[in-house]
Amino acid sequence: MSAMSEAQAGRPRPPLRHRLAERGVDGTLVLLLPAVVVVAGLFVYPFVYGVSISFEPEHGGPFANYTDFFSDPYLSGSILKTLALALPVSVASIVIAAPIAFQARRDFRGRRAITLVLMLPLTFGSILIAQGMQRFFAPFGWANLALEALGLPQGSFLYNYTGTFIATLLTTLPFSFLLMMGFFGGIDRTLENAAATLGASRAARFWRVVLPLAMPGILTAFMLALVESFAVFPSAILVGQPDNATHVLTLPIYQAASQRSDYTAAAAIAIIMTVIELAILGIMVLVRGRLYRGPAGGGKG
Amino acid sequence: MTATTTSLASARSRDGAPGLRGAPGLRGTLSRVTLTAVITWFAALCFVVVLLGVFVSVLVTSFATHWGGTWWPDGLTLDWYRQAIDTPGLARSIVTTFEVGLAVVALALLFGVPAGYVLARRQFPGKSAVMLVMLLPVILPPMTYAVQLAAMMYRIGLGGSLLAVILVNLVPTLPLVILITVPFVEQISPDIESAAKVFGAGHLQLFGRVLVPLLVPGVVAAGILSLVRVLGSFELTFFVSSADTQTLVVTIFGKLSDPGGVSASLTAAMTVFYMVIALIGLAVSLRFSNPAQAFTGAAR
Amino acid sequence: MTTSAPVTAATATTAPTRTSRAHGRTGFQRVQMRGVSRRYGRTPALMDLDLELARGEFVALLGPSGCGKSTALACLAGLQPLSGGSIWRDEERIDTLRPERRGFGMVFQNYALFPHLTVRRNVEFGLAMRRVPRPVRRERAMEALELVQLRDHAEKLPAQLSGGQQQRVAIARALAIDPELILMDEPLSNLDAALRVEMRTEIKRLYQERDLTVLYVTHDQEEALSLATRLVVLRAGRLEQTGTPEQVYTQPASAYVASFMGYRNLFPARVAGAADAGRAVVTTADLMLEGTVQTPAVLPSGAEVTVAMRPEDLAVTADGSGLRALAEVVEYHGRELSVRVRTEQGVVLHVRTDRPVRAGETLGLAIAPERVLVYPGAGEQREAGRERDE
Repeated sequence: MSAMSEAQAGRPRPPLRHRLAERGVDGTLVLLLPAVVVVAGLFVYPFVYGVSISFEPEHGGPFANYTDFFSDPYLSGSILKTLALALPVSVASIVIAAPIAFQARRDFRGRRAITLVLMLPLTFGSILIAQGMQRFFAPFGWANLALEALGLPQGSFLYNYTGTFIATLLTTLPFSFLLMMGFFGGIDRTLENAAATLGASRAARFWRVVLPLAMPGILTAFMLALVESFAVFPSAILVGQPDNATHVLTLPIYQAASQRSDYTAAAAIAIIMTVIELAILGIMVLVRGRLYRGPAGGGKG
Repeated sequence: MTATTTSLASARSRDGAPGLRGAPGLRGTLSRVTLTAVITWFAALCFVVVLLGVFVSVLVTSFATHWGGTWWPDGLTLDWYRQAIDTPGLARSIVTTFEVGLAVVALALLFGVPAGYVLARRQFPGKSAVMLVMLLPVILPPMTYAVQLAAMMYRIGLGGSLLAVILVNLVPTLPLVILITVPFVEQISPDIESAAKVFGAGHLQLFGRVLVPLLVPGVVAAGILSLVRVLGSFELTFFVSSADTQTLVVTIFGKLSDPGGVSASLTAAMTVFYMVIALIGLAVSLRFSNPAQAFTGAAR
Repeated sequence: MTTSAPVTAATATTAPTRTSRAHGRTGFQRVQMRGVSRRYGRTPALMDLDLELARGEFVALLGPSGCGKSTALACLAGLQPLSGGSIWRDEERIDTLRPERRGFGMVFQNYALFPHLTVRRNVEFGLAMRRVPRPVRRERAMEALELVQLRDHAEKLPAQLSGGQQQRVAIARALAIDPELILMDEPLSNLDAALRVEMRTEIKRLYQERDLTVLYVTHDQEEALSLATRLVVLRAGRLEQTGTPEQVYTQPASAYVASFMGYRNLFPARVAGAADAGRAVVTTADLMLEGTVQTPAVLPSGAEVTVAMRPEDLAVTADGSGLRALAEVVEYHGRELSVRVRTEQGVVLHVRTDRPVRAGETLGLAIAPERVLVYPGAGEQREAGRERDE
């Protein structure tokens, strides 16, 4: 019976297995499953879970956690304080790191050494940096001793905005550097040579060839640096002024979760932070879409 | 040997005076020393000096008997290290750090390498969605999801346990392993796999005799790079660990943020333990690959 | 090697002048590299190279990879500094001039098109650098694109074009600035065989139509022979031979050059006895051949030599007379057959013939003594073969 209907339909439909295989679905995809399960269970689900508990506050209506946050100027002001920290840090990172990355993209003696030194803060993490800063930038630390020896006025680098700024810069700058060095390395050197043989001066080569090709990399590095420094946490406590100048967005999260054990409020603030970060990433994707984004090579080979 | 030189021989006799034949050096090249380069390298130097100064400060503090407002401490001692070893909990957190690090890396490799292989080789519906979900945990800072994750762990009764610490650290590490594996697989030509199949290798033989040997460098690199990352991971562990399951970084943070706590030198001695471990990891990873991937792998 | 004897005498009387640095065609008569050398660290890439290009010439720099030909080009373009020597445009010394001031056009091996600019703006680039007004710039770019038949693709990005089209854009870009000299660095090596032949004709057409002066780097003898008005063969950073394509093809200066010029039968032998007028009888494995000695020196009997013969110079005799040889492998090449034969003495030779030959057949071979080139020294052909494989 079924054989007849198939014959009547003309060509028999290929079995489901074949149809799926044509689209790339087959047994090999099972290898992907454990990873997907882990990420779904430990990343996607907690996000959903966090959203749901943020609407189940310990006191008040479903939106109480959010209204509490936005009605308290001390709490909501932390958004601006975070931006006031993250934005300058990211700008400074890019402004300092981009030229270094650009100079370092070709191989030279010491490139590996520089890369290694810049890996240190990323390897050690912000806690170790904060700890070292407590000594190095102290009123009696090496930084101020050096300033004194040079005849410069001493600075107050700790337990204020500057302290957190420096601490964040020390990790964000190497991060942007490594990112940009990767991007710039993809820019074909012969393009500059070609521009030179066509009569382009050094400046013209930079503005007309190198910069347009480097722009997507610079933008990506800037936005990722912004997202990273937006979540500054330990250094705001250890070398900043956590109750005032460096009362950044992560601190209300920390206080709600660790000191009040109010995970619903902590989740609400974390979600606010996530939304801002996703907005930054969204802007990045949008702006990058408007730039030239193709290969940075000159052609084949 | 004979050589027919025509116009060249004549060109030679017209050659310039010896003084003109001197090497023009670097003139006329694209890599001249410029003001921009000088400023750039000066900035880089300043940054490196501050960076090393910060780390060396910790190191010197850990050996200092007393260090007031001078360039160098009054005397050096190993006492702080003895005290650090005797501090209750420190040995425990060193052990925990390694337990967590090795477990996370093992799990991440076990799940991540096969997944990376599939993502590098196959096209299937929904692939870009899977890639995006894999990318987000690496791009987003841990603080964005640490609290929700901790809340969930406490809800299901794992809060404070070693298992919870391992699981939360798996979240950024597994995608990192995948992102490092994908380019490694991509550089192995699919023809090699086809060749193995044509010569009669079954699935298991293909995997065991062809893919695994080719992937070993990539797997080792991914493993060590993610180990370095896990050792320094703070936020995720901080929110989910208890006194017994703290890693070294969390213990150090606890000492640092406690105003009436132990002396700076004692904390510094503990930190040096951590620095040494992290440095060994970094040095080993340098032998296998470009460790910068551990921090920038996400951005490609 | 006699070609690279060190220069010692300082016989120049004219002081270097640096007056004009105009772009575009200034009517130079010749560009010269004098004793140019270039080292990378301690490795020499070019040693004491003398090279002159007269206006209107198409010079091909030929040699295997690593022989220094691309380095020579880069030095001339100003992309690499010299370690020694000088470069002159007529009476003006230009080796310290920055590349953007030299006004030479260049076509790169990987095309080096600016990936973020459209085809038209790529071609306009050099004109923009010369501050040519926008409308003129556009017009001249379109003219150059017309020349390479890419007018319709002017608004595309390079990545949207095929390899051959990209290379044509690169050529148009170099032509647009109307350079007095165009440098081409293996421009066709990234193209597939059919396209390569087509583009070769295209380049030759442009050279003839536009009255260009070209220095063309290649490792492909066929390309060099078909394009150039003069060939320059380099070997390990030194000049090996220069001459018209015909001179180099028929009279290679050394076994090394011969190996490049299609002398597939290249083997060591010994002089059995000198004949008159530069002739010598050479022998290898009992095979005796009369050949032409390619050196003015007298080769004593027993001297080690290298013999070079082109497959097409070996003729298959109609009556089976001459050298007896067994056809081992026969390849069909359309109008001709390429046959690998083994002589009675056991020497393997390659022959091209239009006679019908079957494998297993015994043939008679003949070759004119003037087409048997005899070079002193036995190590030559092995070394040449090895360098070519790189």
